[in-house]
Amino acid sequence: MTGWAELAQYTASGLVVGGVYALIGLGFVIVYSVTRIINFAQGEFVMLGALLMVSFEQAGLPVAAAVLLTVASVAALGGLLERVAIHPIASAPALAVLILTIGASIAMRGTALIVWGTDPSALPAFSPGPPLHVLGATVVRQGLWVLGVATAVFALLWFFFTRTYAGTAVRACALNARAARLMGIRVDRMFLLAFALSGALGAVAGAVIAPITYATYDMGLMLGLKGFVAATLGGLVSPPGAIVGGFLLGLLESYAAGLVSSGYKDAVAFIVLIVVLLVQMAGWLPGRVAEEA
Amino acid sequence: MSARRRWTVLIAAAILVALVGAGVRSTYVLGMLVFIGLYAMAALGLSLVMGFAGQVSLGQAAFFAIGAYVSGVLTASHGWNGWAALLAAVVAGAVAALLIGLPIFRLSGLLLAMASLGFGIIVYYVLVNWSGVTGGPSGLTGIPPLAVGRFRFDTDGRVVWLVWGLLLLLLGLGGNLVDSRIGRALRAVHGSETAAEAVGIDTARLKLAVFTLAGASTALAGSLYAHYLTFINPSPFGFTFSVELVVMVVLGGASSLWGGVLGAAAVVLLVEALRSLLPLLSLSRGAAEYEIVLFGLLLMAFMIFLPGGLAELRRRPA
Repeated sequence: MTGWAELAQYTASGLVVGGVYALIGLGFVIVYSVTRIINFAQGEFVMLGALLMVSFEQAGLPVAAAVLLTVASVAALGGLLERVAIHPIASAPALAVLILTIGASIAMRGTALIVWGTDPSALPAFSPGPPLHVLGATVVRQGLWVLGVATAVFALLWFFFTRTYAGTAVRACALNARAARLMGIRVDRMFLLAFALSGALGAVAGAVIAPITYATYDMGLMLGLKGFVAATLGGLVSPPGAIVGGFLLGLLESYAAGLVSSGYKDAVAFIVLIVVLLVQMAGWLPGRVAEEA
Repeated sequence: MSARRRWTVLIAAAILVALVGAGVRSTYVLGMLVFIGLYAMAALGLSLVMGFAGQVSLGQAAFFAIGAYVSGVLTASHGWNGWAALLAAVVAGAVAALLIGLPIFRLSGLLLAMASLGFGIIVYYVLVNWSGVTGGPSGLTGIPPLAVGRFRFDTDGRVVWLVWGLLLLLLGLGGNLVDSRIGRALRAVHGSETAAEAVGIDTARLKLAVFTLAGASTALAGSLYAHYLTFINPSPFGFTFSVELVVMVVLGGASSLWGGVLGAAAVVLLVEALRSLLPLLSLSRGAAEYEIVLFGLLLMAFMIFLPGGLAELRRRPA
């Protein structure tokens, strides 16, 4: 029996998770389009965002202050990662840099395990209250926070990329780093900025999802990979593409879990990944994925 | 290394393995040697893929799992002879690699790495969810050890003989391959794919062949693992194991066949050293946590300071 109510329910949960995938996917897109690096540690930024939120909340900070502090800390960490590890070998083959970021992600996960332990930590919802009913679906209040914050971040990013000097410089680097350098743009600063931005995006995703999923040291891997799938769905170099990809993946997963089998829910993303890479390779979808690497 | 010198080294190593397998009494040391051998066998294939075809597979654990489960299911659930199952496991590993490689080797570099990662994770979920055949999360038990007549490879010493004997054989054959026309073609592909194509090398086919070989050798290691432990479940075959195999190849140095062995030994010994040292420091958390951090930092440090791996040290003036 699959009524409208259930479909509405799957759609609602899919959209909420999709918003998180979109935020993480945007981090991948910004780093990849500027630096041509796939930053495997992107998911760990999400994990750190969630766990830092828990710690700041337990220290008694109000939600807004905790979010700001979390985002600032993880953005700083993203910048630090770029300066300390990526910058020295920026000219190495792409695969070497990928392995380096895998190393960074493992180190971050291990450090989180030492600091926070294995037990999942709960974070109270940003605003308390019973779940809401929208068009027959039940939505937890935090779900609306996820969608609201994600939308606000999308708008901010749009403003940054199209209306500010720094944002335009980042886009110039993404289009053609050499030409950007000739125009006097400090390309290595843009690398730093891209990593800090992706850290901030990961932290936001982690902070808003933590009240729904709990925060654990090992949540980063899967969330990061799914964010990558979202980014790939959108062509890997297109911010709007990553947003659409994120929601599409969230919905697909939610429908697959509800209508087919929940055991394979996590496998859906990876089937999508392989299919999308091959289809883009064959040139049937827009996106520059196939030209790269 | 000339072919003659290589086989001399291998025969010397074989004699050493025979003596160690018979002489060492400590099951702790022997068990460690078995695991070094198994990981080295899996890393051997991956080092061909990484060092010679210049590609990274982040889903190599899947082939290990395929080898282990084909062997396990055929012997424990269907009563096959162990060697027939082992052969089937190797064939399954090669066929899986070929079937997966055909589409995904049209990608290259980063995208190939990510696609292979996706494949590895899908295999993992199949193992967990297809419980009618694989036993689900709890896995399979009652896998018989391999045997020749009445001689069963059921003690650690005998498994050392089996695993290291096969590993040395593979190293010898791999060495022949690297020195052959195919090996030269592979190195040319690694040097410059465009240049290799310009001199008439079918690079796509060559890379696919290497990936298939790697699938087969990794599946062989998986099959031996299943017959050694006699039980298997999906949890050791996740993404972490794929990364560990990459770590072994990176640590050992991807451009040498022995690099995989070196890397496997380095990883196993490092883990054991940590497990025995850390409790002495009376830290708040167990060794496993520090092990993870250390692996991550090592991987980063090697990529930054010693991208050629441990095998590189020999060639560098100190």
